[in-house]
Amino acid sequence: MKFKELCVLALDTDTVRRIARLARIRVPDDELPTLADELSRIMDWIEQLNAVDTSNIEPMTSVADIRLPQREDKVSDGNAPEKVLANAPDRQGNFFAVPKVVE
Amino acid sequence: MTYSIQGKTGDWEVVIGLEVHAQVTSDAKLFSGAATEFGAEPNTQVSLVDAAMPGMLPVINAKCVEQAVRTGLGLNAKINLTSVFERKNYFYPDLPFGYQISQFLHPVVGEGIVALDMPDGTVREVGVERLHLEQDAGKSLHDQNPHKTYIDLNRAGVALMEIVSKPDLRSPEEAGAYLRKMRTILRYLGTCDGNMEQGSMRCDVNVSVRKAGEGLRTRCEIKNVNSVRFVMQAIEIEAERQIDLYEGGGKVVQETRLYDPDKGETRSMRSKEEAHDYRYFPDPDLLPLVLDQAYVDALKAKLPELPDVKKARFMSAYGLSLADAAQLSGEREIAEYFETVAQGRDPKLAANWTINELGAVLNKRGLSITESPVSADHLGNLIGLIMDNTISSKIAKDVFEVMLETGEDPAKIVESKGLKQITDTGAIEAAVDQAIADNPTQAEQYRSGDQKVTGWFVGQIMKATGGKANPKMVNELLRKKLGS
Amino acid sequence: MSELTRLTIAEARDALAAKKFTAEELAGAHIKAMEATRDLNAFVTETPEIAIERAKESDARRAKGNVAGGMDGIPTAVKDLFCTEGVQTTASSHILEGFIPTYESTVSMNLRKAGSVMLGKTNMDEFAMGSANITSYFGPVKNPWKLNDGKDRVPGGSSGGSAAAVAARAAMCATGSDTGGSIRQPAAFCGLVGLKPTYGRCSRWGMVAFASSLDQAGPMTRSVRDSAIMLQAMVSYDPKDSTMANEPIPDFEAALKGNIKGLKIGIPKEYRIDGMSKETETLWQIGIDWLKAAGAEPVEVSLPHTKDALATYYIVAPAEASSNLQRYDGVRYGLRVDADDLTDMYEKTRAAGFGREVRRRIMIGTYVLSAGYYDAYYVKAQKVRALIAREFAEAFKKADVLLTPTAPFPAFALGEKMDDPLQMYINDVFTVPASLAGLPAMSVPAGLSADGLPLGLHLIGKPFDEETLLRTSLAIEQAANFTTLPQLLRAGS
Ligand SMILES: [Mg+2]
Ligand SMILES: [Zn+2]
Repeated sequence: MKFKELCVLALDTDTVRRIARLARIRVPDDELPTLADELSRIMDWIEQLNAVDTSNIEPMTSVADIRLPQREDKVSDGNAPEKVLANAPDRQGNFFAVPKVVE
Repeated sequence: MTYSIQGKTGDWEVVIGLEVHAQVTSDAKLFSGAATEFGAEPNTQVSLVDAAMPGMLPVINAKCVEQAVRTGLGLNAKINLTSVFERKNYFYPDLPFGYQISQFLHPVVGEGIVALDMPDGTVREVGVERLHLEQDAGKSLHDQNPHKTYIDLNRAGVALMEIVSKPDLRSPEEAGAYLRKMRTILRYLGTCDGNMEQGSMRCDVNVSVRKAGEGLRTRCEIKNVNSVRFVMQAIEIEAERQIDLYEGGGKVVQETRLYDPDKGETRSMRSKEEAHDYRYFPDPDLLPLVLDQAYVDALKAKLPELPDVKKARFMSAYGLSLADAAQLSGEREIAEYFETVAQGRDPKLAANWTINELGAVLNKRGLSITESPVSADHLGNLIGLIMDNTISSKIAKDVFEVMLETGEDPAKIVESKGLKQITDTGAIEAAVDQAIADNPTQAEQYRSGDQKVTGWFVGQIMKATGGKANPKMVNELLRKKLGS
Repeated sequence: MSELTRLTIAEARDALAAKKFTAEELAGAHIKAMEATRDLNAFVTETPEIAIERAKESDARRAKGNVAGGMDGIPTAVKDLFCTEGVQTTASSHILEGFIPTYESTVSMNLRKAGSVMLGKTNMDEFAMGSANITSYFGPVKNPWKLNDGKDRVPGGSSGGSAAAVAARAAMCATGSDTGGSIRQPAAFCGLVGLKPTYGRCSRWGMVAFASSLDQAGPMTRSVRDSAIMLQAMVSYDPKDSTMANEPIPDFEAALKGNIKGLKIGIPKEYRIDGMSKETETLWQIGIDWLKAAGAEPVEVSLPHTKDALATYYIVAPAEASSNLQRYDGVRYGLRVDADDLTDMYEKTRAAGFGREVRRRIMIGTYVLSAGYYDAYYVKAQKVRALIAREFAEAFKKADVLLTPTAPFPAFALGEKMDDPLQMYINDVFTVPASLAGLPAMSVPAGLSADGLPLGLHLIGKPFDEETLLRTSLAIEQAANFTTLPQLLRAGS
């Protein structure tokens, strides 16, 4: 397919900025070019997959050759706010707290 | 008559699609063993899974799967024997994993149909695009602290069914009817309690407008509207906004909007228009959900009678009108109540009393049928007393008043208050004779051809007998005596 | 007391049964060794109090005749990827520094129930992303195998702390986790036996996730028998992990009784890659000869997509990781960098909390899943993965077990190959294909490089056939007779 095209377009600094934003990882502007270069090299290398013929192959998500197990509808958990909140960086009463979200 | 909005440039058609988020009725959450009950103390109904602690894994609740399949069957929809859970990735503090486990490319339920009874007696069929299972998010509280948002994860992980309609709806009324019908079906199935105030049923509304004959134009999604009334208002307001935009030479941008009922407006939800990229991919912690046809068939066989079928049966088996049948089948509990009342009695009378007499009282007191002060058995007994002439319809209304207060059996009330109808010819004849004797002027009036006075005489006689005389017998005897 | 730390699990088990020493004495000796080898930086958290407490409990059980099993009283190190109740669990990441789980992972709980004595939590590559244990927030781990050149060697990764601790005789055994080779490659670098069971054999519940469709816990030990004993204590069917198979659990140690006569040993021709060291290639041939001598029959098999496995892995694993690591947002646990604005808080927290390699993989994963690239990269990789799995299934029609080298070269010096992620990724070239196919695989120490660094041979088995894997490994172990100690211990003794 269009691996080549993608790669030419991909991973310029704008793309890296967008990806960093999606991943919620702050990347200072002056680090963007180096990172773009680094990631482009990896993606370049990954492109070798383009040569593999995968027509008529179903994508494989899991190797587990079983049926999804289902559990019974029973309340078996919860009622332990202390366990849930024990590691909270900012606990307010029995709530987690974050900087105010403006909607 | 089709709904349209008249603009400066002509008539506009409104195109509406609804996404209903219905909380699945289950004891535990979709992927964890925490409880789902409404109104618990903050962060008490949270398992380590719901809080997305490191290393926690989802295990699916069989009941939630069953409920989704049953709902699909209730919507006459295709059940997909293989469906896939995917992760919808985004950051929000009430979304602990940083992704919502949902179904994207392969939902558990495919296309289906909902039939709407429109007020004009017609039936409108609305397509269902799909139904999928997904997790609810937690709750963000913005009003507890001036600088912070508080997070309660009690709802996080509760099972939701997202039911997406096709863009088949064409008016606020249809949208309202669709929502009410959906709610009815879900409640019949017992797969969602349909409680919009508590948020167990929420609705996203997709609205676009177009001129007749056009293809679809850009739509806006109004998020999380929480009552049928607001959905209808929001559609009208949003359609008008879009028409104004077009007619002012502007363009509608595809975006999510919020309906503000206080201000009567919809407004854009995101100030910074952020590119959304949910990076859906199959959840590697969950394998595809594979169901057997036999499993689906067994659920189908055990499905309760659904409102449309019930309505048809009420019409054919009881001879009820469409309106009465629709009303009585609108809620499973009402239908059950009615059928108990009608058991072995005149169904029309039973329908009448259930809808008119009892319905009025329940409405006034804001009670549901399950909270009725008069049991179905007692109302049935009351109708029995009318049918075997123990009391008249008029007396029955008095008895009913007492029943509402005391909850007693009508037979007992009739007995203790001596309200039994007088059907003894002799007694009634005596009362008639007495009335004629006491009112010679009126008797003369009748004889000179003024038949209207009969009603007056009946009133006198009923008064004299404390309303207990059989009105039919009074009438007959009166005509006979006056005429002689 | 250093003799106590030289014992294998099997030897210690017998000696404990014979009351030659107590579990408390055994624990004490290991705690001393752990302290003495701190320079290796093998542990993130040492838990001597817990060790002594559990050793005492073990002794008390034994006194009453209630021995919990082969692992009762055995000093064990736990990779810091397994959540341990009340004990800091970091995955060697700053973002989890100070995180104290209120729960215990299934695998570490199983070990606990089997009576094993936890010595501490071992250092690792951050979130298991690495092949040299140099990405840890808590600093690199040194391999106890040192040369006279004065340079420290990497222990391999990501279970480098576990490998170093067991090789340095600071722990009798350790848990590892393997996503693309993270048990087997460090085992090879440190002269240990490392077993990655079939995907779905060990529960992933409570194990900090890297790539969910690949992660698998396994034992790191100094002998094949120990591997069988420890694996037995780790496995159980766990309904809390939806990807687990409810397979019968065999008696793994009993599997060592048989021989390998007539066993077909598949030799994948595509594993003869460029860049493999000469001595690695030679050792591979020696391994084939050993197994032949033991009565097995080598057969050539073909795995044509071997060369594509690494690239496939570097799409699948980062994609899953990018999503698995979204939960580290500073809201419910772990590091938070304060900010007035939520997005700021997220971005600063995650930039500060994740190290460079982790950030890099999150970025790659985010990219390959993003709109417009998903089909070209992620779906493509899933398809190649399917091809690779299918090829293995074909190969196993001809062979009972496959033999390959574990890594293309021995442990390299700390500081080498570090700037270039692609150079680093090559480490996993032989281990990744089996991971993608979910197959059990293990590394057995088989010899030394010219420099005197350990080399491993790698066996790949059929799904849920760890027994054949163990039996074949035993044949290699017996033939190799690998008894050399790391220089660190030689110098000390
Ligand atoms: Mg929506
Ligand atoms: Zn939804």
